[in-house]
Amino acid sequence: MNTVSLALRNLLRNRRRSLTTLLAMVVGLVAILLFGGYRSNIIYGTQTGFVQQTGHLQIQRRGYFVDGGDNPTAYGIADYPRLLERIRQAPALAPMLVIATPTLQLGGIAGNFSAGVSRSVMATGLIPEDRNRMMQWNDLGVVSYAQPLPLAGAAEDTVVVGTGVARKLQLCALLDAADCQPAAAPTVLDGAALPDDIAALSLLEKAGPTAPPGNRIEMLAATARGAPNVASLNVIKASNMGIKALDDMYMAMHLAQAQRLIFGTGTPQVTAILVQLKHTAQIPPAREVLSRLLAEHFQDADLEILDFDTLNPIYRQTNEFMDSMFGFIALLIGVIVLFTIGNTMSTAVVERTTEIGTLRAMGLRRAGIRRLFVCEALLLGIAGSVLGVLGALLIAYAINHSGWSWTPPGYSYAYLILVRVGEDLPLLLGSVTGMLAVTLLSAWWPARRAARLVIVDALRHA
Amino acid sequence: MHPVSLRQVGKTYRLGSVDVPALSDITLDIRQGAFTVLAGPSGSGKTTLLNLIGCIDTPDQGEITVAGHQVQSMPDDALSDFRARHIGFIFQNFNLIPVLSARENVEYPLVLAGVAASERHRRVQALLDAVGLSDRQHNLPAQLSGGQRQRVAIARALATAPRLVLADEPTANLDSHTGADIITLMRRLQREQDVSFVFSSHDPQVHAEADEIIFIRDGRITGIEAGRDTTRGQA
Repeated sequence: MNTVSLALRNLLRNRRRSLTTLLAMVVGLVAILLFGGYRSNIIYGTQTGFVQQTGHLQIQRRGYFVDGGDNPTAYGIADYPRLLERIRQAPALAPMLVIATPTLQLGGIAGNFSAGVSRSVMATGLIPEDRNRMMQWNDLGVVSYAQPLPLAGAAEDTVVVGTGVARKLQLCALLDAADCQPAAAPTVLDGAALPDDIAALSLLEKAGPTAPPGNRIEMLAATARGAPNVASLNVIKASNMGIKALDDMYMAMHLAQAQRLIFGTGTPQVTAILVQLKHTAQIPPAREVLSRLLAEHFQDADLEILDFDTLNPIYRQTNEFMDSMFGFIALLIGVIVLFTIGNTMSTAVVERTTEIGTLRAMGLRRAGIRRLFVCEALLLGIAGSVLGVLGALLIAYAINHSGWSWTPPGYSYAYLILVRVGEDLPLLLGSVTGMLAVTLLSAWWPARRAARLVIVDALRHA
Repeated sequence: MHPVSLRQVGKTYRLGSVDVPALSDITLDIRQGAFTVLAGPSGSGKTTLLNLIGCIDTPDQGEITVAGHQVQSMPDDALSDFRARHIGFIFQNFNLIPVLSARENVEYPLVLAGVAASERHRRVQALLDAVGLSDRQHNLPAQLSGGQRQRVAIARALATAPRLVLADEPTANLDSHTGADIITLMRRLQREQDVSFVFSSHDPQVHAEADEIIFIRDGRITGIEAGRDTTRGQA
């Protein structure tokens, strides 16, 4: 017979009360774990999306991120082939590196002149094979919505646009029919009122411009010298980019094509080198290696290194928002559990006052009484944690296989509702540790009160 | 050596703003191996005196020596350990631990005293045999009669082979027949183990078995007499 055995029997003495307390803990822990799992899925999913698109680190000309978005020529990196070579050959970086690839951001006006429509776009010049490799990054094991770019192996004049761009440019062949408003058909002339030869001529005139030859568009951009330059491009796919604002502006093209458009026959440049690592946790050491490399070999180029967290402020904002919600919910549940267990233990102390007096008279020290009540709470905490984790895993499994989905604000398609409970060990360990800490905290005061009872008063207790 | 000696012991309780003297100037020696009864009307100070002797309460004045140790200034933990080794308690309401079986109740003081498991087993079995409850040793207190519970309490009080057993009205909640049996049992074990018993009791049957009766009234000792006649010395 030891303290644990005695504590367990005391818990079983009033089964209904113990069960109610246990239930409160289980429900609390399940709620924390499910919300935590949902939060993890959103944060990990967001991180994966950004790392796939922008890499972990980017090397840019200083100030480009803040001021140069619409002026790639002023912030171009001319010596980028040498920089890429240095990055790819850096021995300290090699074990961490997935890929380093150049990119050129440019703005311009895309027009479908056969339909008489145009719109502003933000285009990305990229190496499709490299980007497709970046899309495969899924170190956190989330459901990835990334689609490979069909530009790989395609002609240099091919581009991919967002579905919003395609819709505006009336590239209806690339979209579902319901999603596209084709150009208004020219007025059909009434042949009966016209001479036959004029009517036939009119029909011939109508047939020409309303039947576009494939999905060709024109892209107008300003060159490095400020002159307009136009490229004829073949849109081979309209991709849903998820976020509507992006969907309405997006265009991806071959890097060489983008460079020709901006720099013409001059020296081609890029606006950034994207560096994708095997693990997000490798950002600090990788940044250190890159900083050394830039300091040693590219001191005059005025380059800076930015991580994906800085490049995508919405990621940090999402994290902070989810963390604050999780913290608030965890705090609320913690307080409820704290008072539930505290109340249970306080009631037990009152009910067992004579017993406490007897144990103390027999020679049990104050610390022994404290230990007994804390042990009872701890047993409740352990049982509640085990059942809570099992319950959360079970419900998470049901949710993850239910196919529930929702469309987040500003997004253009629905995401599956998933909760990462079993896959998130820090969440599991943190929540269980927190629950046990709350349990101990809630038992401490009643246990202390029990231990400090005056023996003769306790023995007199009716 | 006396198992218990009190010198000019006093105890005052404070009720609101009023000091109520519970014991005054108590000087007393309890005889080794004696069956001593504290007798007196309700509120006379019997239980307070028993609590002081049992080291579960502290005096305001005077000195108390139990089993050769001055106890009034001992720290709480030391006093707990001292009680575990030297003093057994029998309560009016038995005060058994309800979640422990009869056997475990008897064993518990030995666990507190740090006695090895094999030795615990031997002593518990001997005590259960002595109180005639071997066949009920696995029963919980709720499954025992009042008399049986008090037998378990007696066995528990004697488990650590203490120098002193204190019993507060041990027969008050028993019928007279069961009470007589319990007194006989305590008397037998007291003689067999040469342990000093101190009772507070109104029960004439207890007084009849006493070696010594200490009469208390209004917190003062009014007389000490050899036992057998319970009416003598009472005002």
